[in-house]
Amino acid sequence: MLEVKSVTKRFGGLVAVSDVDLDVAKGEIVSLIGPNGAGKTTLFASIAGFLKPDEGEVILNGKSITNLKPHKICRQGMVRTFQITQPFATLNTLENIMVGAYANTSNKSLAKSNAERVAEIVGMTSLLYQTADGLTVAARKRLELARALATNPQLLLLDEVMAGLNPTEIDEIVDVIQGIRNTGVTIFLIEHVMKAVVNLSDRTYVLNDGKLIAHGTPNSIASDPAVIEAYLGHGAAEAMARGGKA
Amino acid sequence: MKLPFRSNIFIALGLLTAMLAPFGISSKFQLDVLTLIFFTAYLGQSWNILGGYAGQFSFGGVMFFGTGAYTSSILLSSFGLPPIIGIFAAIFMGALLGLVVGYLSFRSGLRGSYFALITLAFAELLRVLANSVEFTGGGVGLFLTYAPGLYNLQFTSPTGFYYFSLILLVISLAIAIWLERSRFGAQLVAIRENEDAAEALGVDTLKCKIYAIMIMGGMGGAAGTFYAQKYLYIDPPISYSIALSVEMLLVTIVGGMGTVFGPLIGSFVLHTVNEIARHFISTPGLSLIVYGFILIVIISYLPNGLVGLFRKTRKNKENDDA
Repeated sequence: MLEVKSVTKRFGGLVAVSDVDLDVAKGEIVSLIGPNGAGKTTLFASIAGFLKPDEGEVILNGKSITNLKPHKICRQGMVRTFQITQPFATLNTLENIMVGAYANTSNKSLAKSNAERVAEIVGMTSLLYQTADGLTVAARKRLELARALATNPQLLLLDEVMAGLNPTEIDEIVDVIQGIRNTGVTIFLIEHVMKAVVNLSDRTYVLNDGKLIAHGTPNSIASDPAVIEAYLGHGAAEAMARGGKA
Repeated sequence: MKLPFRSNIFIALGLLTAMLAPFGISSKFQLDVLTLIFFTAYLGQSWNILGGYAGQFSFGGVMFFGTGAYTSSILLSSFGLPPIIGIFAAIFMGALLGLVVGYLSFRSGLRGSYFALITLAFAELLRVLANSVEFTGGGVGLFLTYAPGLYNLQFTSPTGFYYFSLILLVISLAIAIWLERSRFGAQLVAIRENEDAAEALGVDTLKCKIYAIMIMGGMGGAAGTFYAQKYLYIDPPISYSIALSVEMLLVTIVGGMGTVFGPLIGSFVLHTVNEIARHFISTPGLSLIVYGFILIVIISYLPNGLVGLFRKTRKNKENDDA
């Protein structure tokens, strides 16, 4: 469904994303992990049209979307959320979600009923008339998810929807994401919460210093020496292996 | 936002009162002040569509007014085209200018104070241009002949202009109510609140902003024709006056940005304050100081405008009920 072909993004002399190839098949949940500053969000932004990749190609459903603007990409069925939540602060939850729903209809009552349906999926029905600036962090994360979902996407790009949540809230949102996948939406997510990554994803890509260093099932990734070194520093894999033996 | 039944009655009563007002008001002066209030409210509403709803502040809103005034006036004086048709040409030219300015500035991503300044620059540019080319009459300006009649949009009594301004006002309110209820309005508000998020959710932010400035431009163009036919004289400093640009954003900010009735309420309050200050204070200039002082008080204590005051009390009431 989504193919990323040797995408490179530079900021001046800094290569934030370097020659990344990856793909996401229909119906999958694929995750992208990596240490802070690895370039995950930059890669997402380059895929979703917020940044122009310097090299490479992004293909959605067989069509190149490399230099399209985000709203066009949204209409082609791919939508992203933001790591730092970007609510429409003075609007209430329902109005926020309706903006997403308006991507598919200009009819207000239809947009409203779609928004209410989505609010139910993400568990925000009781917060419909609460203005967004008064929502808790957890609710804002859900709102990001809900707005994106309301555009009726085939592919959702979720940028750290669990950051800053407590374990109960994480379990809840994992259930929500599972539920969304079961409705046929493909999901590509950036995540730091390893428990959620392992529970949710079919496949995982690991990004470090802008380069993909590993790819596989979440469990195989967790024992990959290259990944351990990326997270814990040079020599860590060896040390862990020795520690394991002792 | 759905307007509740009670406010529909309120609107109908207000409209009825406004329609009957000339029969109850014998003073020409008072009717003229009301006309001015409606006219400023109308211009404020045009600013409100781009500034209040879409969050793109302009300091050069007068450019559409001036361009509209010149369009219909030149068509009348040089080609004999009656202003009742000329006003549509003025609307068209205003919208076209909106398209040009909007495309140039939004296309290159100008936001906030940069956008405000570029609109100011455009207005100044047009003023200088109108001063130096021949077909605008240059610095001498354009005199229009007095020939009352509906096709000339000129009237013998203030009542005619009163109704003319009332029609403009009602149209502007209808546009604002449509915005509150439509997808386009929701998208403008989304752009105001967070442009990146709106873009991510499928809103064509560039197109929406250009449409908004075109609506503003069309409305401003019609206002120009109104002014020219009422005062029968325009010149570059009048047509592209910075003071008018400021006034249209001022009434909106005082009344409440991004609301249907904000510009009207703001225009009503500011003009009333101004007239009262002028009436009771004879020392020249002092009335302006009082006016300015009241303005400072309103803006510092009511950041959401006078409409925000009503909103706040209503919300508190709702919370008490719950």
